[in-house]
Amino acid sequence: MLRKLLPVLEHVVKGPVWDCQMCGQCVLHSTGMTCPMTCPKTLRNGPCGGVRSDGHCEVKPEMRCVWVKAHDRAENMPLLPKSWRAEITHMRPPVNNELKGDSSWLNLVSGRDRQTPEGWQEQEHA
Amino acid sequence: MPDFASLLEDRQRPIVTAEFPSMDGGDVDTVAAALDHYRPYVDAVNITDNPAAHAHASNVSMAIAVKQLGVEPIMQVVCRDKNRLAAQADVVGASMHGVTAFCALTGDDVTAGDEPEARRVFDLDSPQLISIMNGISRGHYLSGRALKHTKELLIGAVENPFAPPADVRVRRAKMKVDGGARFLQLQIGYEPHLLEAFMSGVVANGVAERAAIIPTVILTKSAGALRFMDGQVPGIHVPAPVIERVAESPDPAEESYQLVREQVEHALSLPGVAGVHITDFRHDDSLRRLVSDLAIGPAFAARPAATA
Repeated sequence: MLRKLLPVLEHVVKGPVWDCQMCGQCVLHSTGMTCPMTCPKTLRNGPCGGVRSDGHCEVKPEMRCVWVKAHDRAENMPLLPKSWRAEITHMRPPVNNELKGDSSWLNLVSGRDRQTPEGWQEQEHA
Repeated sequence: MPDFASLLEDRQRPIVTAEFPSMDGGDVDTVAAALDHYRPYVDAVNITDNPAAHAHASNVSMAIAVKQLGVEPIMQVVCRDKNRLAAQADVVGASMHGVTAFCALTGDDVTAGDEPEARRVFDLDSPQLISIMNGISRGHYLSGRALKHTKELLIGAVENPFAPPADVRVRRAKMKVDGGARFLQLQIGYEPHLLEAFMSGVVANGVAERAAIIPTVILTKSAGALRFMDGQVPGIHVPAPVIERVAESPDPAEESYQLVREQVEHALSLPGVAGVHITDFRHDDSLRRLVSDLAIGPAFAARPAATA
């Protein structure tokens, strides 16, 4: 029941605010509260080299680059905890496509959103 | 001739790499004929992977052909067209044919190409792909499953110092080098102050020491070519005064050459720059002229060390 209800509730809350794409492994805290899944290339570690001189997106010229926004907010957004700000430079692992549509809240509690394939090497962060 | 990995490691002289043209059919002789244009002047050639989101003969097939013809290929792998399974399969497959240098790119979006209706994949991004290639080099796939034979790979990537935000480019270069990149080829750019800022950043954070930083120039003949890049190629900005300089010259082709020559001289004068990557859209004698004028590359291997 909870597994069915929570994704609906999560989408209702996060959809309008962050344009949440329900990837099921939320990293908003580490990306300046900017959803990387709204990047047309769905990059988890952006920005790509296509950013225009005005800071807008290669694919959607009318839109400010999601990752330019993320880095800007990670640095300047008020009330963001210091540890969250630092995480913007950490490498985020490939998306687990099995989690799409799940509630990231449930996956956060269970720790499933942080499980990575055995061959993924976590980087050290100084 | 020393292999490409030791050239990168030793930094005894500026490295010269070039963009190998993409092919649309033909046979190995077609590749061989094109390769002769580059062979004497470069340490390695980049084998592109559907550049600018246009389909061409595959990166794997071209890299194998170039390797067998005796030139070091740097096989580009972009994230746009293939998921993690296909990308890993391509790297392992090419490595079985002796291809050991790989360059991971995000890739231009499908909307930059002639099939904008294609489905974009981007299952990975380039920092993740670098890390996965590093795993393959250590003997396992992303899943953790072991490879039967391990071959050490030379992994590289790209970065664009000319796209905002400038400070993020330096941090992103570090992320890629932390993930295993040993060289970074840079995007084409016409704003020297941005290259200078990037280089001082990657020297300061140690990235330029851990990876060979290789700026890119492109040989063109006309102001029209610069205008095209400025308007049509993602990630490339050509300021108006640069275009005017070529447009108003009595000899635009010569002016274009001098512009590139100045760019290379400037790049090689910067601390931390390990070499230069050349894209040749002129297809005349300019590549030979450039490396001769500046006495760089394998044909001029006696030249003293680049600043490390």
